[in-house]
Amino acid sequence: MRLVIALALALILAVPALAAAQPKDLVIGVVYPMSVPACALEIAAEIANGATDLPFPFYQRLKGMPGLKGARVRLIFSDHQGKPEIGQAEAERLITQEKVAALVCCWHSNVTATASQVAERHGVPFLNAESSSPGLTARGFQWFFRTSPHDGHFTQVMFEFFRDFQAKRGVKLKTLGLTYEDTTFGSDSGKVEKELAQKYGYDVILDLQYRARATSLQSEVQRLKAANPDVWMPTSYQTDAILFVRTSRELDYNPRMIMAQNSGHISSDFVKEMGKEAEGTLTRAPFSTDLIGKRPVATALNAIYAKRAGKDLYDFPARAFTGIMTLLDAINRAGSTAPDAVRRALVATNIPGDQLIMTWEGIKFDQTGQNTGVKGIILQMQGGKYHTVYPFDAATRDVIYPIPPWKDRK
Amino acid sequence: MGCLYALIAAGLSLIFGLMEIVNFAHGEFLMLAMYVAFFAWSLAHLDPVLALPLTALALAGLGWATYWGLIRRVLGGPMLAQIFATFGLAVFLRSGAQFLWGVDFRTIKDPLLAGRLSVGGVFLGLPQLAASALALLAFLGLWLFLRHSETGLALQATAQDRQAAALMGIDTQRMFALGWAIGSACVGVAGGLLAMFFYIFPDVGGAFALLAYVAVALGGFGNVPATLLAGVLVGLAEVFAGLLIAPAMKYAVVFLLYLAVVLWRPQGLFGRF
Repeated sequence: MRLVIALALALILAVPALAAAQPKDLVIGVVYPMSVPACALEIAAEIANGATDLPFPFYQRLKGMPGLKGARVRLIFSDHQGKPEIGQAEAERLITQEKVAALVCCWHSNVTATASQVAERHGVPFLNAESSSPGLTARGFQWFFRTSPHDGHFTQVMFEFFRDFQAKRGVKLKTLGLTYEDTTFGSDSGKVEKELAQKYGYDVILDLQYRARATSLQSEVQRLKAANPDVWMPTSYQTDAILFVRTSRELDYNPRMIMAQNSGHISSDFVKEMGKEAEGTLTRAPFSTDLIGKRPVATALNAIYAKRAGKDLYDFPARAFTGIMTLLDAINRAGSTAPDAVRRALVATNIPGDQLIMTWEGIKFDQTGQNTGVKGIILQMQGGKYHTVYPFDAATRDVIYPIPPWKDRK
Repeated sequence: MGCLYALIAAGLSLIFGLMEIVNFAHGEFLMLAMYVAFFAWSLAHLDPVLALPLTALALAGLGWATYWGLIRRVLGGPMLAQIFATFGLAVFLRSGAQFLWGVDFRTIKDPLLAGRLSVGGVFLGLPQLAASALALLAFLGLWLFLRHSETGLALQATAQDRQAAALMGIDTQRMFALGWAIGSACVGVAGGLLAMFFYIFPDVGGAFALLAYVAVALGGFGNVPATLLAGVLVGLAEVFAGLLIAPAMKYAVVFLLYLAVVLWRPQGLFGRF
C-alpha cells in the first residue's frame, strides 16, 4: 500500500515537471473588429507551427519556430467593435490577464491609437498591419511597429498618379473635392490630402468633414454636386462608402474621377454590394488581387487562402498576414518572448521584397517604427472588380476616364 | 428622412404611451425588418415596396411574441428589470443576426422605386420621397385606427388608466400585446422602406434608434401624432445643419435642439407628463 501511495505521489510531483519541460506556447493577442477575415492570421500561425507549408525560404525558416525551441503559436482573438475604448480595454486584458507576448491590432486607426498606448505603457511589442493614420508613428513610441504604408505614402502615390495621368492622357485636373469622415482615419487623411494638394498646386474647392456612420448623406452629396470638382477624393469606412454611392446615384451626382483612400471603398462588402455601381472608382492600395499571379509567394498563399475563405486574397487579409509574419519572424530571431529581445529583433527586421506577398521593396523599420520599404499602387473598379491601373508599367488595365454618367449606365 | 424617423419613433412612442416601457430593442426590430425585406427580395424576388405587408406582419408577430414571452413577465417588476429585459433582447437579436447572417453588408439592388425628382434645382431621391409618402400614409392609418376604431379607443383607454379600462371590460393584456404588435408593425414598415436605399447589417439599427428616442422625447413620450412632427423636425435639422453649417456637425445640431427643448419643456413639445 505504501508503495502505491509513494508511486502516486511521485507521479503527481512529476507531471508538472514534465509539463515544464515542454516549450511554452507563444501567445499573441489579436484585436480586430468582428468582420476581420481571421483565416489569414490562422494560416500565418499554422505556417509557424509547421501545419501549413509555404515553400519559400523566409517561411521555411520559421517552420516550427526553431528560435523558441518549437513553441506553438497560439492566437487569442478579441473583438473591439470599432470602438477605441473597447480596443484599449481588450489590449489591457490581453496583456495583464492572458500575458500575451505581443499584440497584433487593430485596423481602425482610432482604435490603434488607444490600444497601442496600453502596449507602450506595459512595454509590450505592438504590431500594426493596416492603420493608415500618419500620426500613429509620429508619437515617439518605442513599442509600436507598422508594416503598412500610411496615408502620407498612399496620398503621395495618388498625386504621382494625377501627374503621370495628366501627362499621359493630356487632360487637365485642377480642382479637388475632399470628403472625409470624422474619426482619426478621416481627419488625418484629409489633412495629408490638403497638404499635398497645396504642395502640388491643386485647388481644394470643397473641404468636407462628415459624421461617420451617418443615417443620410444627402446634404454631403448635394454639396459635392454643387462644387463639381475635377476629382472627388473620399475617405470613408464601408458603411459610408456604400451610402455615398447610393446617394450619388439617387441625386445624379456624376463625378468625372473618384480617388478614394482605400478602406471602405476596397472592402469586400463594398466590392460585392456596389460592384458595377461604383464603376470607375480609383483607390490607392498596398495590394491587389489581380497582381497575385505576378508574385509567386502571393500565388502560393492564395491557393491556401482561397480554399479556406471561399474568396481570393485581398488587401486586408494580405496586410494582416504580412504584419503577423513580420512579428513571428522577429520573435523567432529574438529566441525569446522577453519584450526587450523581441523589440530589438523587430528593430533589426530586414525582409526582402521577393519573400513578401505585397509589391513592396521589403520590410525594414525606421526609428519611428514605420516600415520604409512600402509602395502603394492605384486600382480602378472596372466591371465590378478592382484592377491595377498604376504604376503604368505594372497595370493590368487602362484607366477609364471620365467615369460614365449614371444616365449612360445600364 | 424625417418621416421615416417619425415612423420608427411612432412605434416606440405607442408602446411607451401604453405601458411606460422603453423598448431598447427598437433599433434591432428595425434591423430585423430590413432583413425580412432583404430576404423577401433575394429569395422570392419581391420588391421592398410590395413586401411591406409582409415586413409589417412579420414584425407585428415579433412584437406580439415579445409581449407574451418577455414583457408580460417583467411588467410588474422593478423599472430596472424592464430596462434590462428589452436591452438584453436587443443584444440577443443583434448577436443572433450576426450568428445567422454574418456581419456582411447587404443591399437591395435595383428596387422598383429608383431615380430622382428635380424640384427647382434641388434633387430628391425617389425612394426617399416614396418612403416619406408611405410613412405619412402609415401614420395616417395609425392615427385613424387609434382615434376612430373601437379597438383603438380601447387601446387609448388602457393607456390612460389600465385599471379603469380593465373595470370597463377591456382585456388589458390583449391591448398591451396589440400595442406591441402595432408598434412593431410601424417599425416593420419603416424597415421595409429603409431597405430600399440603405445598406443592411446587424448593427444598422443603432443610429436610427437613437434618433427615434430623440424624436419621441422631443415630441413628448406617448404622444403619437407629436412624434410625427418631432421626427420631421429631426430630419430637417439634420439636413439643414449639414447643408448650411457643416456635415460633421449635423447630429450635434439635432441633439442641441433636443437639449434645448427638454430644458425648456422636460415633458417634450406636446408631452402629457
